[in-house]
Amino acid sequence: MTDVFDDLTRQRSKEIIAQYPQSRSALLPLLHLVQSVEGFVSQGGIRFCADELELTTAEVSAVATFYTMYKRTPCGEHIVSVCTNTLCAVLGGDDIYQRLSDKLGVGHEETAGEPGTTGSITLEHAECLAACDLAPVLQVNYEFYDNQSVESAETLVDALQRGEKPHPTRGAPLTDFKTVELELAGIFPDLEHSVEGQSTAPETMRGAALASDRGWLAPAMPDSAPAFPELPEKK
Amino acid sequence: MPDQLTPVLTRRWQSPRSWSIGTYEELEGYQALRHALTAQPDQLIQLVKDSGLRGRGGAGFPTGMKWGFIPQGATGPGAKPKYLVINADEGEPGTCKDIPTMMADPHSLIEGCIITSFAIRANFCAIYIRGEALHPIRRVRNAVNEAYAMGYLGKDILGSGFDLDIVVHAGAGAYICGEETALLDSLEGRRGQPRLKPPFPATSGLYASPTVVNNVETIASVPAIVLGGSDWFREMGSEKSPGPKIYSVSGHVEKPGQYEAPLGITLRQLLELAGGMKGGVPLKFWTPGGSSTPLFTAEHLDVPLDFEGAAAAGSMLGTTAVQVFNETVSVPWAVMKWTEFYKHESCGKCTPCREGTYWLAQILERMVHGEGTPEDVETMLDICDNILGRAFCALGDGATSPITSAIKYFRQEFLDLCAAQPAAPVEPAGAMA
Amino acid sequence: MTLTQDSGTDTTPVPEGHVRLTIDDRVVDAPKGELLIRTCERLGIIVPRFCDHPLLDPAGACRQCLVEVEMGGRPMPKPQASCTMTVADGMVVRTQHTSPVADKAQQGVMELLLINHPLDCPICDKGGECPLQNQAMTNGRTESRFIEAKRTFLKPLPISTQVLLDRERCVLCQRCTRFSEQIAGDPFIELLERGSDQQIGVAADKPFQSYFSGNTIQICPVGALTSDAYRFRSRPFDLVSTPGVSEHDSGGAAIRIDTRRGTVLRRLAGNDPEVNEEWIDDRTRFAFRYLSSAGRITRPMVRGADGVLAETSWTEALTAAAEGLTAAREGGIGVLAGGRLTVEDAYAYAKFARVAAGTNDVDFRARPNSAEELDFLAAHVVGQGPEVLSYTRLEAAPAVLCVALEPEEEAPVVFLRLRKAAQKHGQKVFHLGQWTTPAVERTSPETGVASPAAKNNLIPAVPGAEAAVLADLPAHVLEALTGGGVILVGERAAEVPGLYSAVSALAARTGATVGWVPRRAGDRGALEAGAVPTLLPGGRPVADAAARAEVEQAWGLAAGSLPATPGRDTDEILAAAAMGELAALVVGGLDPADLADPAAALAGLREVGFLVSLELHTSAVTELADVVLPVAPDAQRSGSYLNWEGRVRPFGPALDPNGVLPDCRVLDTLAVEMDVDLFTQTPAAAAGELTRLGVRSGTAPAAPAVAASAPQRPGFGQAVLASWRQLVDDGSLSVDEPALAGTARRPVARLNAATAERLGLTEGAPATVRTERGAITLPVALADLPDGVVWLPGNSGESRVRAVLGAGHGDLVGVTA
Ligand SMILES: Cc1cc2nc3c(=O)[nH]c(=O)nc-3n(C[C@H](O)[C@H](O)[C@H](O)COP(=O)(O)O)c2cc1C
Ligand code: SF4
Ligand code: FES
Repeated sequence: MTDVFDDLTRQRSKEIIAQYPQSRSALLPLLHLVQSVEGFVSQGGIRFCADELELTTAEVSAVATFYTMYKRTPCGEHIVSVCTNTLCAVLGGDDIYQRLSDKLGVGHEETAGEPGTTGSITLEHAECLAACDLAPVLQVNYEFYDNQSVESAETLVDALQRGEKPHPTRGAPLTDFKTVELELAGIFPDLEHSVEGQSTAPETMRGAALASDRGWLAPAMPDSAPAFPELPEKK
Repeated sequence: MPDQLTPVLTRRWQSPRSWSIGTYEELEGYQALRHALTAQPDQLIQLVKDSGLRGRGGAGFPTGMKWGFIPQGATGPGAKPKYLVINADEGEPGTCKDIPTMMADPHSLIEGCIITSFAIRANFCAIYIRGEALHPIRRVRNAVNEAYAMGYLGKDILGSGFDLDIVVHAGAGAYICGEETALLDSLEGRRGQPRLKPPFPATSGLYASPTVVNNVETIASVPAIVLGGSDWFREMGSEKSPGPKIYSVSGHVEKPGQYEAPLGITLRQLLELAGGMKGGVPLKFWTPGGSSTPLFTAEHLDVPLDFEGAAAAGSMLGTTAVQVFNETVSVPWAVMKWTEFYKHESCGKCTPCREGTYWLAQILERMVHGEGTPEDVETMLDICDNILGRAFCALGDGATSPITSAIKYFRQEFLDLCAAQPAAPVEPAGAMA
Repeated sequence: MTLTQDSGTDTTPVPEGHVRLTIDDRVVDAPKGELLIRTCERLGIIVPRFCDHPLLDPAGACRQCLVEVEMGGRPMPKPQASCTMTVADGMVVRTQHTSPVADKAQQGVMELLLINHPLDCPICDKGGECPLQNQAMTNGRTESRFIEAKRTFLKPLPISTQVLLDRERCVLCQRCTRFSEQIAGDPFIELLERGSDQQIGVAADKPFQSYFSGNTIQICPVGALTSDAYRFRSRPFDLVSTPGVSEHDSGGAAIRIDTRRGTVLRRLAGNDPEVNEEWIDDRTRFAFRYLSSAGRITRPMVRGADGVLAETSWTEALTAAAEGLTAAREGGIGVLAGGRLTVEDAYAYAKFARVAAGTNDVDFRARPNSAEELDFLAAHVVGQGPEVLSYTRLEAAPAVLCVALEPEEEAPVVFLRLRKAAQKHGQKVFHLGQWTTPAVERTSPETGVASPAAKNNLIPAVPGAEAAVLADLPAHVLEALTGGGVILVGERAAEVPGLYSAVSALAARTGATVGWVPRRAGDRGALEAGAVPTLLPGGRPVADAAARAEVEQAWGLAAGSLPATPGRDTDEILAAAAMGELAALVVGGLDPADLADPAAALAGLREVGFLVSLELHTSAVTELADVVLPVAPDAQRSGSYLNWEGRVRPFGPALDPNGVLPDCRVLDTLAVEMDVDLFTQTPAAAAGELTRLGVRSGTAPAAPAVAASAPQRPGFGQAVLASWRQLVDDGSLSVDEPALAGTARRPVARLNAATAERLGLTEGAPATVRTERGAITLPVALADLPDGVVWLPGNSGESRVRAVLGAGHGDLVGVTA
């Protein structure tokens, strides 16, 4: 078996481990790191984590198979996650998922196109993505595409297949699955730029905007921060 | 009476580059920290106790009391390192307040973390953010970097002698990791399955050391409490549920979004703010605080949405995730979808939840396909009875909420579905609203 | 832990450290911290359970054990898991017997457990002894409401050559994974997947290769884990169970032997909290087919004039043996007893030597040995029992140092105790050895610490330098041992001159208690029985006239009739035989390949004028013997072992004992033929006499003070050899167990990276280790050995170190790629 984990990856692994008081805490990030290299978690990836953290491969497998974001088979350039939890589903999420599935000819966690090649797409249905006010939502490589419709989702996927990278409604410019997995591992080669981008949809700010429209405010704070409470006598 | 909306946590969200430290500092950012560092740590705990702040992650546990449980002292359990862990795993269906907070105003969370760590004497804090929340992870990580650069993190913060490191940790897709002990196991690099309690995290949490686990919104509220004081905080909300709270209104309303109001606002008021029901189609059912909180109906429009009010009306405040469904939505179908969610997210540790959700999902799927029987309705209630309070953690309890509450308010709809068989499968929603 | 039945006794004071509670209307006092489910058990109230196991940390996972609890007069809102809740004063508990809520909760959980369970009880190994089956019968619903699709899995999954997994039957109680992680420290079996897909499994690249895997089969509350060796062989109700004792090592583990119509079908761990708790290693569990192996000798044999061994009658064989030995008396008879004897048998050999052969040339040590060892044993070990050092004391010790002992390989039950102590009580377990073996790792301080270096519990020594290293231990080790520490020393200390003496000195310096942990089950008893050249039974020095007189009197011998000069040891006896200085040998279980110099040993056996062999199986000795006398295996006899603690471990026959004779009986009859009475016709008679003899009076003799040796210095292309045996290897009692053999650790040659590089070796590629006698080729594995040292397993596959190389621990060997 050739070792796909090069010195840079090992170096990164050490950096990640060093962040934690106990090394095993680095396991989830390391599995993300493995995905950033391989586009999924292979047996080799499991062994890599086991070696780095002095765990058995069974212990790493136990963890890797517990979490839905660790994929067992090679993923596409992009991973498209359609929320089909109740609220998104009722507002069109189910239809979106169904249409994309038909269109791509793949089911849940299956990949259209040769994994890793430009325009290849892994499709999945996702649980609630915590963007319910923007429903129905989908994510490409965990970047948000809000307020989708069957048509917009189809247009998006067409573009992805052509190798284009339409900008998410919120978040950084679209990259690819492996790149974002590196960020999930805690390595941000370009945080200064990727942190930018649209952060708030109109929905997010509706309350705040409405309050300013109407001049509503929280009660005024005292001019200077009040003194701290006296502590009760220690017994 | 305060205004209907009271932006505290959301007050900076409209500012340009609200997530940057520049904007944050222009808008009072890190002033609370400077002030807090002049206090004795116990005074901060007392302040938060006095404020009446209750956890915003769902259970509503008094935050100051939780901090007070952390053993302190040079010997015994108090001598162990202490940890602060932020629960940013936001995954409860309907809940979408922490992610916008971290996107738009990550520094309020970071400042809250520093103050809280100082109060409980922790020198290490982990922010556990669900992996799918990529951009919030970037924003929080960037905020941490900025805070280090400004001397708000690291060694000898602002010359106080206090040290703190924060690590931003990405989850990997598991709703159960929002349960605080499962989160700790996950943060220790294990399967995210809940731990036995006792011992509680306060004495034996991360790495078996005293640990506070708090929600993002809870901790982001702390700087304001330090600046405004407990009396100011209590001007909002009620005696037992004080303060402002972000209500996430979603579904069949004209203007879904985040509305920060004093605790105790009603759905009627929220609907008004959100422009009413979408297209005027009448309300059928709604969740006050996520899918794990029993459903409400139009009967409950005036229930005060605070911890006591929601409970008195037979549900829970949960995460104030108000999902609104109109008349076109089939209740059995909605319940089936939620049950499939719980089945998918059950961690597998305990029998009632693992097997019960497996069974319930199949019954509901069969029913929605027009092959249910009236006995199935009773069987489901009995299965729920065998899960509720029998499961290891609250996920199992939560899984029963949609089913039992739906049958309570919409039993006839279930029975009609069974009576109509063999019928065509139900459409999830009639006219796409 | 008193039980009171009527509440009238409420007024009696609650004993110190106890609380008083009510369970099903009965008042009971329970020690603080006791789990409710145990308190119920003591009252005879059995709460159904699956995940609960008294020796595993509580999990509360299955939720089968729910009961209703009232605290301070207030009912708790939900039923509580009695396996995780501890007793409290004033608690009122209602189990399924008195609470409809608890009963309903239990029935509900049972129903949920069964929805995905296959209906294959009739073909399931566990049928008849299955907690799920039993509890479903007593607590379950008669009819299932579940009409949906059951979860199905491919079945069964071999997770090692020995253990099979039927995932459909599994109730996910996690006893197996918790055992493997907590007790054995071998997390090779784990929960995989999530939710209703959750299942037990192993990693794709590593089977469940743990020396303790069999315990998981035993504690599995359903038939999900089965053994290849037993699967489908029998039904529990057809089996006859007999308690027994492990014959495989000196741990003295209690076992249960299940037989059917004259055949042992399986062996289980017995429950002995003082000794092995409820655990045994896989060799003890699975290695018993030697009983029926093709090599078993069932008939006596005599070598005819044609030089061929032929089966014959007992009478003829005994006559031939007696004649040969009687004739050899003049020229001298040596007695080599072997290390697998019961106390009773060893005593018979010891007495036979003194009385029938008239010699002190008797030795049980069928392995490298030394005079220093005998002095050490006389000073520190003989006559001591568990009151000096027991498993319990070992567990309670703040620190333990293992010397020349690889506990997991050589004394697995001792290893489990050390691991438990390290895990639960923070015991510091140090190992004087060559590399961080799995046992060193798993007895290290709590894992998970940021830096693996912090474990630091290996005290490395070049083979041969151990004594010197002991004399100069780091301060933190000395400090840890001082004040209640324990030093466990293995028989391999005899391979390093000065090491036993260094242990003695260290014990004197630190006040640590010494425990001797030999590898074989019979060694400790044979020492006590006097099967050594310098000691009579009870540790009486041969050279001590008063001691001899005691024995002479007890044996009804004329004063002065016992030989007064200490005898020769194993190697000397064989050398004397080779030189013609001994005329005959009586040999019990002994394999020349186990001795320091197998070639010399074989020469002795070959050259001796007359050779009598008492054996279970054909062997290198029987091949050369003039008379071969078959002896009974443990399964067909009674007797007792003395384990390393000095604890008597008696057992009775599990199979029909008719037609086979224990060594003590054979020797007794042989002696009679030689006109001598041993009075060891039965094990009971032998044991009775030995007990009456008691142990020596007076102070222990002085400990040895042999100077520490210096290690060999490897020259170009050389290394110093380190070696010991692995638990599952080619030992003679592990024959015919392919499933067990499949779980053996792969034989490899271990060296550190620098040494490998110097010798031109690469990891995974073969290395050849040679002496002028022979060569062993094994794949290289890198480990943290000292520079210039190579480690080989003692008797695994090709790696038969003594037999092939004629060398051992501490010797120089050549190493090439
Ligand atoms: C199944 C389950 C999921 C949960 N998910 C979350 C979550 O995503 N975020 C959160 O803050 N709390 C969640 N909780 C609640 C936490 O267990 C815990 O009560 C909370 O983090 C404490 O913080 P607080 O006191 O600040 O609310 C969840 C609880 C359960 C049982
Ligand atoms: S209720 Fe049980 S199976 Fe469900 S998530 Fe909690 S511990 Fe896991
Ligand atoms: S035996 Fe108590 S929960 Fe399993």
